[in-house]
Amino acid sequence: MPSLRLRISLPALATLALGLVAGAVALVFFFAPLDADQGLSQKIFYFHVPIALTAYACFGWGAWKALLHLWKREPGADLESYVAIHQGVIFGALTLLTGSIWARASWGVWWTWSSNQLVLFLVLFLFYCAYFMLRFSVDAGPQRANFSAVYALFGVALIPVSFLAIRLASDFIHPTVFTSAGPQMSARMFFTFCVCLAGMLALAATLYAVELSGKRLDLRLRELREALA
Amino acid sequence: MSYTRDVGALARKDLLLELRARDTLPAMLIFVIATLVVFHFALPSGSSDLASNGLLWVAILFTALLGLGRSFVPEREQGVLDGLVLAPCDRSAIWLAKSLAVLAFLGLVEVVALPAFAIFFSGIDGTTVAAVVLADLGICAVGTFLAAMAAAGRARELLLPLLFLPLAIPIVVGGVGASVAANSGRYLAFLALYDVIFAVICWASFEYVVTE
Repeated sequence: MPSLRLRISLPALATLALGLVAGAVALVFFFAPLDADQGLSQKIFYFHVPIALTAYACFGWGAWKALLHLWKREPGADLESYVAIHQGVIFGALTLLTGSIWARASWGVWWTWSSNQLVLFLVLFLFYCAYFMLRFSVDAGPQRANFSAVYALFGVALIPVSFLAIRLASDFIHPTVFTSAGPQMSARMFFTFCVCLAGMLALAATLYAVELSGKRLDLRLRELREALA
Repeated sequence: MSYTRDVGALARKDLLLELRARDTLPAMLIFVIATLVVFHFALPSGSSDLASNGLLWVAILFTALLGLGRSFVPEREQGVLDGLVLAPCDRSAIWLAKSLAVLAFLGLVEVVALPAFAIFFSGIDGTTVAAVVLADLGICAVGTFLAAMAAAGRARELLLPLLFLPLAIPIVVGGVGASVAANSGRYLAFLALYDVIFAVICWASFEYVVTE
């Protein structure tokens, strides 16, 4: 496996994430122009969309690790896949939350079925919650690792299929009334958006690294304890 | 050729067991009729046929869940699965045979349920029947696969619906779309696409579910 071993120490990664997120918040409020249509409430876009994209990245990374587990039998890939999906679910929940707030601010309702992205995230959220149920109802071991990996692979197939399904469903359930894609982004908006996205990805990577090292430590401790007993 | 023979033998075993014990099919039949009766009272009078069309899909999905929940229980309880895994055949044959058996049960139930729906609520057209057939394929393929996983868990009856329903949402979209929307061809094509994608994934990865 010719893997790119890009080793960044955890404190450095955390500092980078902190700097990027702080910079992103500053840019959102002091640099990006106010949206002509939606005004201040449009600013949540700079958090909502990067969080959603980060969640996708986490799910994708989890599925990739799941594939490595099944295909190459890479040791530790199961744990990495689980941690990535865990982060994905956290960011997915935040997507639902910020999306709901945005819907309230711009359309006056807390939930709208006509926002395809939001519905897709609800489906994915349910799907990945079931992933945890599956994982915790099977005893730790190779079987659990296989189940989790296979289910994670189902997830990446479900994302495009559900997306298509929700597109199709909006034809007979609701004609699309709102389009969240506003006018073209200006360069300053786009720059802010990119910094926000980088910040969210760095934050997710930091959380991923922290949780992974914690889980590994936990595993090691358990091994030592069993060795002593 | 031996692959087909393996699948045939395994599917016949399931059908024979059902013929002798009769514990799944009658339950599914009673359940689907009872569900339709419940729907009659759940729909306020004067609600449109479109609403009842949607409920037909809920009934099919839940009835399938009932059958799927039972499908791998004998295997796990009697340790048949270990024997099957040891047998010199492709492991995906186990999944395919079980899917076919569940498909047969579901098909038989629908032979009763669809006319009953037509009598109780509104008529059923050819497109709906086609959609039901396509949806059954997807439900059985994905559901059998998940049932095999759920049966190994601690809370198997609890687990299967949780695993299955998020994956079944596209089926419901395709099915309801085909029965109520004007351009039903798109929805039938979508159902076929779903069947192909998930059947391939299940077929390719079932080995990992039964082996370590």
